[in-house]
Amino acid sequence: MALLEIQKLNRRFGGLHAVNNVSFNLDQGMIKAVIGPNGAGKTTLFNLISGNLPANSGTVFFDKKPIHGLKPFQIARCGISRTYQNIKLFPGMTALENVMVGRHVRSKAGFLSGMLNLPSSWGEEKEIKEKSLELLELLDIAEFADTEALSLAFGQQRAVEFARALASEPKILLLDEPAAGLNIYETAEIARLITKIQGRGITVLLVEHDMSLVMDISDEIVVLSFGEKIAEGLPAAIQKNKEVIQIYLGDDDA
Amino acid sequence: MAVKDYLSALILIAVVVFIQLATKATDTSYYLTQLTMTGYYSLVIIGLCLVMGYAGQISLGHAGFFAIGGYTSAALTTYNLTPLLEQGNGLVRFLSDKGLLISTLNLYGEAVLYVNPWPAAILAVILTACIAFLIGIPVLKLKGHYLAMATLGFGIIIYRVVLATEIFGEADGISEIPGFTLFPGVCVNGDFGNRVINYYIAWSLVLIGVILLLNLIHSRVGRALRAIHGSEDAANAMGVNTARYKVYTFVISAVFAAVAGIFLAHYNGGIGPSEAGIMKSVRYVAIVAIGGMASMWGSLTMGVLLNFMSLRGMFGSYDDAVFGAIMIIIMLFAPNGLLNLPVWQKISKSIADKEND
Repeated sequence: MALLEIQKLNRRFGGLHAVNNVSFNLDQGMIKAVIGPNGAGKTTLFNLISGNLPANSGTVFFDKKPIHGLKPFQIARCGISRTYQNIKLFPGMTALENVMVGRHVRSKAGFLSGMLNLPSSWGEEKEIKEKSLELLELLDIAEFADTEALSLAFGQQRAVEFARALASEPKILLLDEPAAGLNIYETAEIARLITKIQGRGITVLLVEHDMSLVMDISDEIVVLSFGEKIAEGLPAAIQKNKEVIQIYLGDDDA
Repeated sequence: MAVKDYLSALILIAVVVFIQLATKATDTSYYLTQLTMTGYYSLVIIGLCLVMGYAGQISLGHAGFFAIGGYTSAALTTYNLTPLLEQGNGLVRFLSDKGLLISTLNLYGEAVLYVNPWPAAILAVILTACIAFLIGIPVLKLKGHYLAMATLGFGIIIYRVVLATEIFGEADGISEIPGFTLFPGVCVNGDFGNRVINYYIAWSLVLIGVILLLNLIHSRVGRALRAIHGSEDAANAMGVNTARYKVYTFVISAVFAAVAGIFLAHYNGGIGPSEAGIMKSVRYVAIVAIGGMASMWGSLTMGVLLNFMSLRGMFGSYDDAVFGAIMIIIMLFAPNGLLNLPVWQKISKSIADKEND
């Protein structure tokens, strides 16, 4: 069953057709990777799905409901959570607090309840903290709960960002280049984390440059080049696809 | 509130009471007048601190909200409605029937009819909140310099409006504003005999205000606001309705400014256009900056210190120049506030180390 249906999505920046008529489905429970050379439109595609950028045309259906045109916070409330290529943690906040912000959509206390510190919000606040700590434990970074998030090592920051994204209990997790800037050990760790996340029943869509990571963990791969989808299929098939090899390694005559 | 905040709140209460007793003992209770006014200005400061330090936005128009509150309450409680009642104005008759008006005799023994300060104050707060909401929606879409300029523009508009409007007394402002009887026996006014009680009214409001805001900062909403400060994109992607949160925060801080304006107008018995001036807004921003932006207690401490010195006339005719200079110096040498200078952190760290030994 397709959890996310992307149909004929288009986005232009002036004369550049960054995402050109891209369509594909994301099935429940799988890890799907979007790959392609630099400038292929991968991150733009992500920003269209998460609502950070409006599409020029095309539709995105999540769980049979249209989500194109919604604001990022509305899409987050539907159950789609994301991370960023250049980690966007909240400075001046601890790792735990960062993750607690992730539970925003799963909690309700508003301005009045906050100002008056109403007892009705105490239980909720406790739950936010407990669930957030659980996630830090799941990602093996519980010891850094009270450390300022931005003072952590890069790989740990990425794990905090994962925990923050998971805190909203999303149905789909969008990972924008989760291995960017990581060494091979940290990348292996990230691969383990992603499969762990899949094990919790969360569907994953990721953009990635690191081929070994993609081939190891993906159930399916979509290949973009110059904004267009040129191939889609199982990792093994993609590895043998002539057109894909050509865009990655160049023409014989080049 | 965090444990540390409860402690700070207790210290605040102790300091407020100590100062009052000290002025009594040394027969210097005239200081209480400036300390009361300082309390009201501190309300503006802590409200602005929420916007600047926590939500990460800026407002160079907060004197405008102070003025809207103060002027609305002042105009309603000083504008004689007797002629309108005699003309058979329906609204005035309705207000009169509902007991929302006060009739007294003026200096010349003529009967005059004013709006009771309570409904006037409530109306002033509602009006300020509405204006802040309507201005906030478009303006808070802007960021950085653009937001600063837009709020500055708002401040200028309010300043010129009070300066040009007859009912607001134009350049003279509004004087002879009646006292605001909060409940029987407790009146906000400048009477000599009411000095001590007014000092406590002002600082009770500050205490309540600080507690409300600290509660907010440590709540789910406060976390979301700090997240907006850190990365608006990421906060939005986490499901925070960033636009709405920014506007609500702006409205709350505008209401703080309005309440300060209302109380100060009744306390002083007058309000003038300088309260709406740009330099007042700049002063508020400078104080929040020197207090360390994201520090309620820092802003409050600095606000009390500087406003008190300014009100005592310690800066002489260079008053505004001093605040301008403070702004430059802080930005250059202590962008994280005076209380966050490395030297203080070293001291507090060495104290903590000693305690751990």
